[in-house]
Amino acid sequence: MVIKKLVGSIRQFLPSTIATPLLVSGEVVLECTIPFYIAELVNRIKDGAGVAEIASYGGVLALMAVGSLAFGMIAGMTCATASCGFGKNLRSDMYDRVNAFSFDNIDMFSTGSLVTRMTTDVTNVQNAFMMLTRVAVRAPFMLIFALIMAFRLAGRMAWIFVVVVPILAGTLIMVASRAMPLFRRIFKKYDRMNESIEENISGIRVVKSFVREDYEEEKFGIAAEEVRKDFTKAEKILAWNAPVMQFCLYVVMAFTLSFGSYVVITSMGSEIDVGQISAMLTYSFMVLSSLMMMSMIFVMITLASESAARIAEVLEARSDIVSPDPENAVESVADGSIEFTNVNYAYSGNPDNNVLTGINLKIGSGETVGIIGSTGSGKSSLVQLIPRLYDVTAGEVKVGGVNVKDYDLNVLRSAVAMVLQKNVLFEGTIAENLRWGNPDATMEEMKEAAHLACADEFIDSKEGGYDYRIDHGGANISGGQKQRLCIARALLAKPKIIIFDDSTSAVDTRTDAMIRKGMRQYIPETTKLIIAQRTASVEDADKIIVIDSGRISAVGTHEELLNNSDIYREIYESQNKGGDDDGR
Amino acid sequence: MAGNHGPGRRRGPGLAPGERLSKGIVKRVVKDIFSFYPVMVPAVIACIMTSSLISSMPSIFQQKIIAVIERSYKSGDWAGVRGEIFRYIFILVVLYVISLACTFAYTRMMATVTQGTLKQMRVKLFNTMEKLPIRFFDRRQVGDTMSLYTNDIDALRQMVSQSFPQTLNTAVMVVTVICIMLYYSLYMTLVVFAGVFAMFVITRFVGGGSAKFFFKQQQAIGKAEGYIQETISGAKVVKVFCHEDECREQFERLNDELFSVSSKANKYANILGPILNNMGNILYVVVAIAGGIFIASGARNIGISGMDFSISLVIPFLGMTRMFCGQIGQISMQINAIVAGLAGCERIYRVMDENAEQDEGYVHLVNVKEEDGVIVETDEQTRMWAWKHPHREEGTITYTPLRGDIVLDGVDFSYDPDKQILYDVSLYAKPGQKIAFVGATGAGKTTVTNLLNRFYDIADGKIRYDGININKICKTDLRHAVGIVLQDTNLFTGTVMENIRYGKLDASDDECIAAAKLAGAHDFISHLPEGYNTVISGNAANLSQGQRQLLSIARVAVADPPVMILDEATSSIDTRTEQIVQAGMDALMKGRTTFVIAHRLSTVKNSNVIIVLDKGHIIERGDHNELIAAKGQYYRLYTGAFELE
Repeated sequence: MVIKKLVGSIRQFLPSTIATPLLVSGEVVLECTIPFYIAELVNRIKDGAGVAEIASYGGVLALMAVGSLAFGMIAGMTCATASCGFGKNLRSDMYDRVNAFSFDNIDMFSTGSLVTRMTTDVTNVQNAFMMLTRVAVRAPFMLIFALIMAFRLAGRMAWIFVVVVPILAGTLIMVASRAMPLFRRIFKKYDRMNESIEENISGIRVVKSFVREDYEEEKFGIAAEEVRKDFTKAEKILAWNAPVMQFCLYVVMAFTLSFGSYVVITSMGSEIDVGQISAMLTYSFMVLSSLMMMSMIFVMITLASESAARIAEVLEARSDIVSPDPENAVESVADGSIEFTNVNYAYSGNPDNNVLTGINLKIGSGETVGIIGSTGSGKSSLVQLIPRLYDVTAGEVKVGGVNVKDYDLNVLRSAVAMVLQKNVLFEGTIAENLRWGNPDATMEEMKEAAHLACADEFIDSKEGGYDYRIDHGGANISGGQKQRLCIARALLAKPKIIIFDDSTSAVDTRTDAMIRKGMRQYIPETTKLIIAQRTASVEDADKIIVIDSGRISAVGTHEELLNNSDIYREIYESQNKGGDDDGR
Repeated sequence: MAGNHGPGRRRGPGLAPGERLSKGIVKRVVKDIFSFYPVMVPAVIACIMTSSLISSMPSIFQQKIIAVIERSYKSGDWAGVRGEIFRYIFILVVLYVISLACTFAYTRMMATVTQGTLKQMRVKLFNTMEKLPIRFFDRRQVGDTMSLYTNDIDALRQMVSQSFPQTLNTAVMVVTVICIMLYYSLYMTLVVFAGVFAMFVITRFVGGGSAKFFFKQQQAIGKAEGYIQETISGAKVVKVFCHEDECREQFERLNDELFSVSSKANKYANILGPILNNMGNILYVVVAIAGGIFIASGARNIGISGMDFSISLVIPFLGMTRMFCGQIGQISMQINAIVAGLAGCERIYRVMDENAEQDEGYVHLVNVKEEDGVIVETDEQTRMWAWKHPHREEGTITYTPLRGDIVLDGVDFSYDPDKQILYDVSLYAKPGQKIAFVGATGAGKTTVTNLLNRFYDIADGKIRYDGININKICKTDLRHAVGIVLQDTNLFTGTVMENIRYGKLDASDDECIAAAKLAGAHDFISHLPEGYNTVISGNAANLSQGQRQLLSIARVAVADPPVMILDEATSSIDTRTEQIVQAGMDALMKGRTTFVIAHRLSTVKNSNVIIVLDKGHIIERGDHNELIAAKGQYYRLYTGAFELE
């Protein structure tokens, strides 16, 4: 199942993938034939062949060697193309999949795990694939072919392989089957040790402020000693491989030299000859080393199979939020009106854990609506249902009079701009970041949006202005500046609905007010939803929605709510009490 | 193995272009390994050498036996030569047994030596690291330091367990085989040499190409990884702006680039095997032909043995050629591993050679008790502490009770000489007072507190703790007397109880629970699946930000220091937890001198003194009411007319 899923990513690299084992087979055939003919050549020389005969034999042999070299080199290249191409396609397929993921999917995997799956795991699988197409073909094929040639060449002398091959194979299987589970366990321990080092480094200030250096050293010493003991034990099991391999090789050598001499002399060179003796030694090396190789491949592939399974998980995950069929999809959003009817929402669709319950709400196009409530009350979930970042569990959400599920996703999301609580800017210039809102925005449009978001002043103060480069994660600008850029980016999209999810928390109150005033003036037809912690941010809204534990507790204007909503009044008073003391 | 996360983490083994190995690095590594296992390492070397020597000798017996056959096969008289042949075989078998015993012994010892060396290196590195000053950690990213433990130690393992034995093995075999070859025939030896030289040149060329592209591959992977990280963690933004296609396009570009360099790197690496293999085959053929031609043409041989060209001489040469080629193949595979291993050692040693944090303090914190109104030192756990201050000149010792009185007097400070951070900062805090630092990012708030426990040393001025210059106080004792709750709540993998006990290692369970109660953490801990025995991981995905903060407060509470530094978290946590955290902090502050680095103004109002910092200068100071009345910077911040962050 896992394999079937992954194989689908080979695609355009199928020719190289098929060519590799074929070429490798060619290489092996020639390689195994060479000693056979060398034996012939040696015999001729012994029997006093002339230079001409030697040269003609030698010519054929040289051709075979060059042929084998050519096969081998080309196979190496096709194999590199095939495996790296496969890795590329895997990454690309996973990226597509993740791109199409709903937030439920992403929440399920976590960012870190997705990154590891797309890098480390793909590299592991890619290496295993390289092994599979090349070495995994080469080793067994060489084993079989070398055995065949050995029997053809040396007849009964080759029966010695019946003795040594099972000895070596048995050892290798035993060692692998005992060492593998051990190694897997140790690697987990080893990872844990490294994780604790990482904890120590990132927490070094804690370590030092509590003066815990000695304690940490002691703790690490124990972990390191444990890892050492376990690894030593596992490696001692592995250490059986080399002497057993050597033993088998020695047995073949001693046997070939003694029994071989006997056969040569008693048959007077007719059954086998000295040439065959030396060729036998070559074949024995080929047979035994291909056995070693096979055990290595086995180990590598088992290790990679875990990575493969992790990749397949991503490829198999299905996004639960998709556009409707293109022919049925609604392609335009009429206006910015919003309507919630009996909406319930629960994470991962688990109805026992409702985040929102029985939401009924009607917002007219162009209205400014404030949303207030404590953290965890469901404010963010409520607004994320509008651009279908999550889907309702029950009920329906309408935008512009149409159920959001009937819109083409891109159309819907282009009409609903959101400034998220967790603001993200991307590495690149300010202009590039703003153009996320509208790729075709002119400089004038960008300046206008920046002005509305009160971002123009600080942009102009930066070196290069709109060409100022923002670092990874927006590390080189302040929180308030980041929020203003994100607002400008959303405004540039000229949306029908714009949602601010607590997105002015780091902006000072005066600027906050200026931004709201600007929007009222310049984009009056756009519906504005403002989630805020401060009542000051929503005081002048057309209506304010108070959310408590996933339900709408009250709706009204600032004055109305002060009179009839206990929750709103409480929030208002807690925020303004301090100010009153100081005569604010 | 260990996962590599985040951009910048990925640095493959091996030398970066332009990086060079220092002189004497090999000597230092070898010396270290010897010092770890002074008996076992020489034993391993002896075993490898013996085994390699024997492995390279069968050609001698082969030559002798074939010479016997050559002489007598026409007669078919097996009985006549049986004795001679079996005598050779017997010697060979005896040698084989010795060789096997050696191999068996050294492979097992190698397991011990390798893992033991790695452990020693790890522990040495870790212990050195723990003693390095904070400055060291500020200079480098966590990933770079981690790379020492993962990439570089791994490269060392490869080098010790494989490259060293292999190189030794090759050296012995090559020397022995050359001797044997020269013994038989100079001409044939030259033929083999010519071929091997060609092989060596080609493998270096191909190997170099592969190393170059593998380095590029690491960089390409790093870039792709950074992009994946950025767009997945910003997935909501990508979706809100329907930017999926643009991201995909950009990703494909990076992915294609990665494909291009990695397939090149692997092409080079993949063709190396066939080249070595088949060059070996070609050489094998060439030697056979050359031998045949020498025999057929009746050329005169030159060799130490004085033997003429014959088939019994050519056949062992074939075997030796194969052996020789095999060794060249092995060694060319090891060269990159050795360079990578040495480069890793170089980086590890560079850290080991860093200067440890100096501690020249001589004033210690000791348990004391009062006897007849006089403070005397005691071994008892009195919960009463005092600074033991020896005065060298007078030869007296004074005991100053630990109270938590802090004075900063004209403090200047800079992290690097070009950029001064603090200018002439003076302030005092009486025991039990609360001092709050307010100011924009980069104003120097955090820096002030870094100086109190001497993470950094000041350039000018004086800091006094209970009237004693902190430069005189032993650092470990000073830090015991200053507790910190940091913004980043670093917890450690282990149980909740262990994490709290981190503050005071000999604290009883009851003490830890009491501390958790004080911090307001007891409630949520009781609701964890296994209460105080719940195992949390360092990045504690299983706890919320607020819960992590509560734990870090409990950790300081159990340490019970008279002076505390609280670095408020900037990230917003939900209001209810925030109230609990605030309550926990307030409880902790009671009776302690506290320095608060404020990121929100709501928490500073009840401070005894609020200090407003701007670009390293104190621009305002006073309590809340005074500062509001002054209508200065604090007033502007407080009324929201100015951004704090």
